Amino acid sequence: MKEILKTIAVLTFTCLLCAFFLAFVHSIAKEKIELNEKAKIENAIMKLAPSTREIEQIEHEGQLVYKLFDSQEALIGYAFIAQGQGYQGTIKILTVIDSSLKILEGFEIIDSVETPGLGARITEDTFCNQFKRLAVSPKIVYTKEKVKEKNEIQAITGATVSSKAVVNILNTGIEILRNRLNQ
Amino acid sequence: MMKDFLKGLWSQHPIFRQLLGMCPTLAVTTSAENGIYMGLAVIFVLVFSSLVVALIKKFIPHQVRIAVYTVIIATFVTIVHIFLKAQYPDVSMALGPYVPLIIVNCIILGRCEAFASKHSVSTTLYDALGMGVGFTWGLFILGSIREFFGSGTVLGVAVLGSAYNPLVVMILPAGAFLVLGFLVAIMNGLERWKI
Repeated sequence: MKEILKTIAVLTFTCLLCAFFLAFVHSIAKEKIELNEKAKIENAIMKLAPSTREIEQIEHEGQLVYKLFDSQEALIGYAFIAQGQGYQGTIKILTVIDSSLKILEGFEIIDSVETPGLGARITEDTFCNQFKRLAVSPKIVYTKEKVKEKNEIQAITGATVSSKAVVNILNTGIEILRNRLNQ
Repeated sequence: MMKDFLKGLWSQHPIFRQLLGMCPTLAVTTSAENGIYMGLAVIFVLVFSSLVVALIKKFIPHQVRIAVYTVIIATFVTIVHIFLKAQYPDVSMALGPYVPLIIVNCIILGRCEAFASKHSVSTTLYDALGMGVGFTWGLFILGSIREFFGSGTVLGVAVLGSAYNPLVVMILPAGAFLVLGFLVAIMNGLERWKI
């Protein structure tokens, strides 16, 4: 009996101590991590739509949509975070689309856990640049051959699942945005 | 002291001799750079977990020692994870899920159980450092070879030129097994013929 009590006591104490320690580290780093995330989103928007001067945040059913304005205060497009299942986990993609919702300005992967060296190549320029000024209506299509249509992109060799995931996430995200803005 | 450090580098090398930590070894070594980051993270976790275990070994009841070690390891891994996210978001992004997965790296639990729980704090420090550095050079070699053949680059610098058609299999899981097999064979050969 004494043995059991000691065991429980040691385990509980260890876990409490570790939890306390982690909570402490987390509370210090939390602000910094959030700032990093925010800076990352703003940098990505500026990179994809360089004429952006002002960003207005609107919240739509708990989801953030950024309205982008140029120096003449004209609406030039929207940015939003689309997410969905990748090969291994959730992929979060910052998507920038023009104001007519027909041409994609580009995207940047904010968060992903794809296989380094394979699926993770969805973050590389050779893949991402294909999406600049890509037609998204009716939707984006991926191919393993040479690109023929205006709404086609070429999937990464050896990482078709991740490439397909990006295309699907973008298509779904754009569809949701269209429905919301039409309401 | 020096012996405890050096054995991790060669005679008891965690990857090529003990064949421990195969999961991260095979998974992250698609490039030399990933190998180095992974190695550094493991050194940190290994050293601190081993030290804590060596310090508190007398108070841990035998039946729950593994659970206690795991909680300690998980704590240090989470600290590394949070630290990277706050200070080096790019590195954190590159390593993705493999930082939290250090928790289940059996080299760390293995050293806690086989060494730290039986030896003094200072000896443990040398052992953990040796094993960590040994693991890092192993990952670096494996990552370099795979990156060289699989992408034609070393540490991200193109060395084989655009005429080279990369052997994609080398950065696929199969390539990891192939290279690891050859490296273990070489290590065994060196041992057998006493070179």
